[in-house]
Amino acid sequence: MNPVSYVRAGSFEDAAGILSGDTTARMLGGGTNLIDLMRKGIEQPTRLVDISMVSSSIESSPAGGLMIGASARNSAVAAHPIVREHYPMLARAVLAGASAQVRNMATVGGNLMQRTRCLYFQDAAGSRCNKRAPGTGCDAIGGFNRYHAVLGASPECIASHPSDMCVAMAALDAVVHVAGSDGARTIALVDFHRLPGDRPDWETMLTPGEVIVAVELPAPTLARSAYRKVRDRASYAFALVSVAAGVTMREDRIDDVRIAFGGLAAKPWRAFRAEAALRGGPATPEAFVAAAAVELADAIPLPGNAFKINLATRTLAAVLAQLAGDDR
Amino acid sequence: MAIMINGAAVAPPKDARVSLLDLLRERLHLTGTKVGCNQGACGACTVLVDGERVLSCLTLAVQVDGREVTTIEGLGSESEPHPLQTAFIEHDGFQCGYCTPGQICAASAMLREIELGLPSYVTLDLTARASVSREEIRERMSGNLCRCGAHNGIVDAILQVARERVA
Repeated sequence: MNPVSYVRAGSFEDAAGILSGDTTARMLGGGTNLIDLMRKGIEQPTRLVDISMVSSSIESSPAGGLMIGASARNSAVAAHPIVREHYPMLARAVLAGASAQVRNMATVGGNLMQRTRCLYFQDAAGSRCNKRAPGTGCDAIGGFNRYHAVLGASPECIASHPSDMCVAMAALDAVVHVAGSDGARTIALVDFHRLPGDRPDWETMLTPGEVIVAVELPAPTLARSAYRKVRDRASYAFALVSVAAGVTMREDRIDDVRIAFGGLAAKPWRAFRAEAALRGGPATPEAFVAAAAVELADAIPLPGNAFKINLATRTLAAVLAQLAGDDR
Repeated sequence: MAIMINGAAVAPPKDARVSLLDLLRERLHLTGTKVGCNQGACGACTVLVDGERVLSCLTLAVQVDGREVTTIEGLGSESEPHPLQTAFIEHDGFQCGYCTPGQICAASAMLREIELGLPSYVTLDLTARASVSREEIRERMSGNLCRCGAHNGIVDAILQVARERVA
């Protein structure tokens, strides 16, 4: 690891000020991704600005939702009584991620800012990676790509976004509040992460010098919601496919529905097309499968991850059946 | 400021790159905390910071300046072992023992999480008090690997202490 200085920021605005004047500075939250990548030589900041103690409050917002400070620990989000009662898909998604130790360390802002990554990205010594070293090629395409994206990937990069928390936040229409040298602004969480295109090293819509301040959840609107994660081992593994979904029924019709997929793309994948296909229609297995087909129509499977099309379809159908059914 | 480690004040390192794990082992010679993967995947380096379990390999020592760190050395001693240490011996909760300090530190914090009524991914009702079951313990302890495969004994040991505490 290269020499690095360390300072604790008093506010997000102070941190943004440091960041805008020094492109080699990095914000430090829990460090669970950044410290690991620094040790591997993939991240090489000269300055760490610790923002993990700036604001960890989780409070009701004036709009009837919830404002979650960027320094809040993942474990604090999952433990919060309002999250557990009114945003169960978010509590379940956070609890599906990583391990208890990592959740105690990792911050909400850091979860959004963790690198979209794959094993080839992490293998600095042995693999080509356009994200790590632009223009050098991608060894995942044509390699072991079981965990990689089937939606929104590019010839440059097929890595998938590893977060569970962000998938639920995408389905919940969360809003990211940021501070920067040009002032404060908000970004919808579904627009926060970028697809790789020809710049896989550029992963979010933050401009240089911007820092996440908080994530705001709108007032809860969905009668029932759930998060289901499918993975190669029962715990402490990244998703092959995950589904965050919420449903409100009116008699036997779907009145409202929100769906986001994890494990399929370089960003949490909000399934707007599947939602439109389902809204107002019947809650039948045929409708669920048809909605998944609409959303996955543009998927480009690779030899190692073609199974994800069927897996995503079946996982979505199972979660929707659970949410629309009578049994709780 | 200072880092409080098992009740003793320790100056934070001048070099910000020093991990909490390396501070404990290489500078303070508290070698109970183990180096496993050194990348956050195995849990062997688990310690408590302000009572919560964290990975010391991915924590910079400067980050815990002003906070309280408890390692396996601070949890129990040969003359006064922690109830989990006694239970691990009774239930054969280890073979080589390398993962054991991390397992016991993690389990001690996990007992507190259960006492606080915090749910896990396998808790069916997120708003109700979680039960103490094998399934719950296995999920809650998934961040600690044991390559000898002593997991059945580990779960038995933790389950016994959890039932004594929570029931």
